[in-house]
Amino acid sequence: MKLTLDIEKKLGNFSLRVKANISGERIGIFGESGSGKSTLVHLISGLLQPDKGEIALDDECMFSSHKKINIAPEERRIAIVFQQAMLFPHLSVKANLLYGYKRCRPENRGIKPEALIELLKLQPLLQRGVENLSGGEKQRVALGRAVLANPRLLLMDEPLSALDDTLRFQIIPYLRSVSEEFRIPYLFISHSLTEMQLMTDRILAVNNGQISEETTPEQLARNWMAHSQKGYLNLLRLASPAHEHGLFSYQWGGNTLLISDGESAGESLFELSSREIILFKKHPEAISARNLLECRVAEMFESDGRVGIVLSVGGQQLVAEIVRHAADELTITTGSTLFAAIKASSFRKLG
Amino acid sequence: MLLIPEDIAAIGLSLKVALTATLLALPLGFAIAWLIVFRTFRGKVVLEVLVNLPLTLPPVVIGYFLLLLLGKNGWLGKVLAETGIQLIFTWKAAVIASATVGFPLLVRSIRLGMESIDRQLIDASRSLGAPWYDTLFTITLPLSLRGILAGSSLMFARSLGEFGATIIVAGNIPGITQTIPLAIYDYASSPSSTAMALSLCLVSVVISVTVLFLHELLIKKLDRRSSL
Repeated sequence: MKLTLDIEKKLGNFSLRVKANISGERIGIFGESGSGKSTLVHLISGLLQPDKGEIALDDECMFSSHKKINIAPEERRIAIVFQQAMLFPHLSVKANLLYGYKRCRPENRGIKPEALIELLKLQPLLQRGVENLSGGEKQRVALGRAVLANPRLLLMDEPLSALDDTLRFQIIPYLRSVSEEFRIPYLFISHSLTEMQLMTDRILAVNNGQISEETTPEQLARNWMAHSQKGYLNLLRLASPAHEHGLFSYQWGGNTLLISDGESAGESLFELSSREIILFKKHPEAISARNLLECRVAEMFESDGRVGIVLSVGGQQLVAEIVRHAADELTITTGSTLFAAIKASSFRKLG
Repeated sequence: MLLIPEDIAAIGLSLKVALTATLLALPLGFAIAWLIVFRTFRGKVVLEVLVNLPLTLPPVVIGYFLLLLLGKNGWLGKVLAETGIQLIFTWKAAVIASATVGFPLLVRSIRLGMESIDRQLIDASRSLGAPWYDTLFTITLPLSLRGILAGSSLMFARSLGEFGATIIVAGNIPGITQTIPLAIYDYASSPSSTAMALSLCLVSVVISVTVLFLHELLIKKLDRRSSL
C-alpha cells in the first residue's frame, strides 16, 4: 500500500498540515488525543474535505484541490473501524456484516462472508440483534463488516480504546489475523504504545496537527520511556507454564520465569515495565524477588535523562531503565554482565 | 349521544382532511428536516424561519395569506384556474390549510429524531460504499422512524383541531367543508344546541385519545423491535 498525503485543513482554531509518503502494510498513527489523528482519518476516507492539497492511494488520486478531484467516500474503498463499534442498531448482525459486501462491486468481492465469519467466530452471533452483543462482540462484528466491504485500505481509528484491558488483548489477534489472512493493509490509529508495538511495523507520530516523526514501534517506545507512566513496556509471549509454589513458571531465554498472575494453559502475553527491573553489578546472595537473570548489556540508549539498558538473556531482550547517576555508579558499559531481579508480581498479564 | 347526518359527515371530513394533510406533508417534511440537519447551505436560517413561521402566526393570518395566494386573483389561483382546478371553498383547501399549520410540528419532530442519530453511523455507511441517497433510505430513514411517527401524530391531531385558517379558505359549508371544529362553532352560537355541541366535543376527545394511544403503541412496538 502506498499512501501519499500533502494536505491542509483548518477547523476552528485547529489546523492540520500533513505531508507524508506512507508505504507498508501495517502503519501506525500515534498521537495524544486532540493531536489530529481522527481528523486525518476523516480526510483520508473522504468524510472530510481538505482545504487544499492532494491525497493518493496506490497512485490513484483520491483528492486534489489543484485538479479539482474529490472521490466520494463510498467510491474510495477505504473502510473504517471506529472506536465505538457503530453497528447499525436497526439491522441484525448478519445484515450489518453484509452492508458493505452488498455494495461492493462483484469483481472486487475477494473476501467471502463464510471465510470471514469463520475466522472471526461470528457464527453464533449472526441472528442476534446488535443491542444484545457485548462490547468485544460488537467490535468483532464491526471489524467483520469493514473487512467484508473488501476495502483497499482499512482505517482503524482507536478500535480498542472503548474496551477494557482483557477484551482489548482478545481482539488484537483478530485484528492481526484478519489483515494477514485477507491481505488488507491498514492504518492503525492509537495513543497506546503497547498497541503500537503489537499492531504496527512503521509509525507516524502526529503532534499538534503535524507529523512530528516517522519511526518504528521500538524506537517510539524508547523515546517515550522517560515520559510514559510505565516506562518502556517489555512484551513477553510465554506458553505452557508449570506450577511451582503457587506461581506459574514459564521457560524464557534459557531461564525459568516465575510469575504470579499466569494462565494455567496456552499462550499468554505479559507486560513488564522497564522500571520494575532492578539491576545488580554482582550476584546478590539472597533477594525476595523470585526472578534473577544473568544478562549481558547489548545496548544502551538515552531518553530524556534516563538510561535504557537493553539486556540480552539467552537470545531474548529486555529493556531496563535506570537514572543517569545509577548508570555511572554501576559503570555499566555495552558488553558488561549484570544481574536483573524481577518480582513475580511485576509481570502483568495482557491476554 | 346526539349525532345528525351532517355531524357524521363533519367527522368523516375531519378525519379525511387530517389524514390527507399529514400524508401529503410527510415527504416534504422529511426532506426539509434532512436538509436542515445534514446539509450546510446558504439561506438555511431563512428556511428554518419560514418553516417555523406558521407556528407563531395566528392561523387566521395564514388562512388569509392562503386565500390571497389561491383565490381567483391570487398568482397561484390564476394558474390553477386556467387548468380548471378550483381549490378555494372545497375540502382540498381545508387540507392545504391544515398542512400549512401543522407542517412546523412535523418538521420539528422529524428533526429531533434525525439529530439523535449518531453521525458516525452515517459516516460508517458512506465508508462502506453507500452513496448519500442509499444512506438516506437504509440508515437515516429507519433511524428517524420515531421522530416521523411522533411528528405525524402531532400533525394529525393538530389538523383535527384546525379552525382559523380552514374557515377562511374552505368556508363552513355543511357536508362539503364543515369539519368538527367548524360544526361545533355553529352549534355553540345557538343556545338550543348544547347537547349537539357536546356530542361532537365527545367525538373529538375520543379521536384524540385514540391517536395518542396508537402513537404510544407504535413507539412501543418500534422499541421492542430494536431491542431484539
